[in-house]
Amino acid sequence: MTRNLTCIICPRGCSLVAEINGNEVKVTGHTCPKGEQYAIDECTNPVRTVTSIVRVTNREDTMVSCKTENPIPKDKIFDVMAIIRSTTVEAPVSIGDVLCDDVFGTRVIATKEIK
Amino acid sequence: MINHDIVIIGGGPAGMAAAIAAYDAGIKDTVILDREDSIGGILRQCIHNGFGLHKLGRELTGPEYADVFAKQVYERGIKVYTETMVTDLTADKVVTATNREGILKIQAKAVILAMGCRERSRGALNICGSRPAGIFSAGTAQKLVNCEGYAVGKRVVILGSGDIGLIMARRMSFEGAKVEAVCEIMPYSGGLTRNIVQCLEDYNIPLYLSTTVAEIHGKQRLEGVTIAQVGPDRRPIEETKRYIPCDTLLLSVGLIPENELTRTAGIPIDPVTNGALVDENRQTAIPGIFACGNVLQVHDLVDYVSDEAEIAGNGAAAYLKGELDKKATVSTKAGYGVRYVLPQTVSALSDKPVSLFLRVANPYGKVRFTVKSGDQVLATAVRLKAVPGEMEKINIPAEKLALASGEITVSLEEL
Repeated sequence: MTRNLTCIICPRGCSLVAEINGNEVKVTGHTCPKGEQYAIDECTNPVRTVTSIVRVTNREDTMVSCKTENPIPKDKIFDVMAIIRSTTVEAPVSIGDVLCDDVFGTRVIATKEIK
Repeated sequence: MINHDIVIIGGGPAGMAAAIAAYDAGIKDTVILDREDSIGGILRQCIHNGFGLHKLGRELTGPEYADVFAKQVYERGIKVYTETMVTDLTADKVVTATNREGILKIQAKAVILAMGCRERSRGALNICGSRPAGIFSAGTAQKLVNCEGYAVGKRVVILGSGDIGLIMARRMSFEGAKVEAVCEIMPYSGGLTRNIVQCLEDYNIPLYLSTTVAEIHGKQRLEGVTIAQVGPDRRPIEETKRYIPCDTLLLSVGLIPENELTRTAGIPIDPVTNGALVDENRQTAIPGIFACGNVLQVHDLVDYVSDEAEIAGNGAAAYLKGELDKKATVSTKAGYGVRYVLPQTVSALSDKPVSLFLRVANPYGKVRFTVKSGDQVLATAVRLKAVPGEMEKINIPAEKLALASGEITVSLEEL
C-alpha cells in the first residue's frame, strides 16, 4: 500500500510517499531524517502533541496554557482533552509544572507562568 | 520630557528581540512600550506548538517562545513600560504615550516600530445580512478561548484559510465544537500545508476552495450562513448557494500591519506590504526610525520575526554609534511571479551578505529564483514549490552585492 503524506514536523511541509509492506515502511520525498521518522510513525503509530488550557481557580478569569510533554497516540486526543478539561490548578504556576500525571505514558505540563 | 536612546513601540516577539539585540550591541538605554499588562504580544494567546524550530532548535508553544525572550529582556534590566499606549510619533522622534500616570513624552534618539498587525474584520468584507452575535475574528475567538476560558460556540463555520483560522478549527474541535466547514475565496489556501493536514484533515473538517460566505442569517444569535462558490471574478455564483446552520462564524481573512503611527510620522509605506519602505538594516525613510516584525510585513513564522527584529535592533544601535553612513543604495523590485521584495533598498557597498525576503504571486511547482542587477546575476535559488502563503528568503553574498550597478530585480521561472 502507498500513502501520500504531508510532513507536519516543520513549516516546510514536505510531500512524503510511504510504501507500506507488512511491518516495513519505505519513505521517499523527505528532506531530513525527522521527516522519514514522521512518515513511519504516521503509518504505524500516529502521534500528536495536544495543547489546551486549564482553569486557575484562585485567579479571576485566568487560564494557564498546557501541553502534553511528549506526543500521545492520535486516537487518544479526545481522551486527553477530557482529562485536561476536568483538571484545575492553583496559582502560582511555573512553565513546566506538571498539571496531570501519567496521561497515556506522558504528562500534561504548564506552558505559561501565572504569578 | 523623558530621554531614552532607543524607544521600541510594541513588546511582542519583534519588540523583545529588537530590544535584546540593541542592548547587546551596546545601547543600554533601550526601552519597550507596550499597551498590554505584560510583554509577549500575540504569542500569549497562541497556545499551540510549532514555534522556535528555526530560531531555537526546539519546538515550543507560543507562551513558551515568548517567555524565552521576555526572560532575556528582564535579565538585561531593559525597562518595560506596560499598559502604555503610544498615541503619537513625530519625525524628530518624540514619542507620546498615555498610561495610568498620565501623558508621557519621550525624546528618543532612535525608534523601532514593532506594533504588529491586526485582523481584517467583517466590515472590510461587506458580507450581506444581519448583525447577530456569534461573529468573531479568529484571533478574538482565540483570545476568548485560550486566555479567558470562554466557549465561543458549538457549531462553527470559518471563513478564510489563513493559519489562525486553521489553528482555531482544531482548537474549537478540541473544545467539543463541530466545525462544519472552512471556506476560502481563493483557489488555494493561504495557510501552511502542515496546518491543513494537522488542523483540518486530522479532524475531517472540509476545506472548500473558491468558496465564500455570501449571506449571514440570524437576529439575536447567528443561526446560519449561506456559502457559495465564486467565479473568476470572486463573486458568488447564485446556483451554488447553500445554507449551513451554525451559531458561530470565525473570520480569518487577512492581517493588516498597524501603521497608524508610521503614517503620523510621515514615513512612506509600501502599497504591497502595507509596511514601511526599509533598507537592509530595516531603517525607514526617516533616519533613526526602524521597523520590524508584522508591522513591516506579515510573517508566517515568529522565528523569522525574531530574526528581522535583530536586524532592526542592531541597525538602531549602529545608527546611534554613527556607523550607518548613507551608502550607495539601489532599490529592489519584484519581477515575474514575485509579489514583493523586502528590503526595498539595499546598499551595494554593504560588506555583509544581505537576505531578500519575498512572496510569490501565485502557487507554483518547482521554480528557480534569479536575482539580477542589469546583466549581473547576483544569486539564484531553486525551490521544489513556492506558494503565496510561505515567505521565501534568498541570500546575496557581499561580493556579489558589490557587482550591483542599478535596480535589483527578483523574478522566477517555472522549471
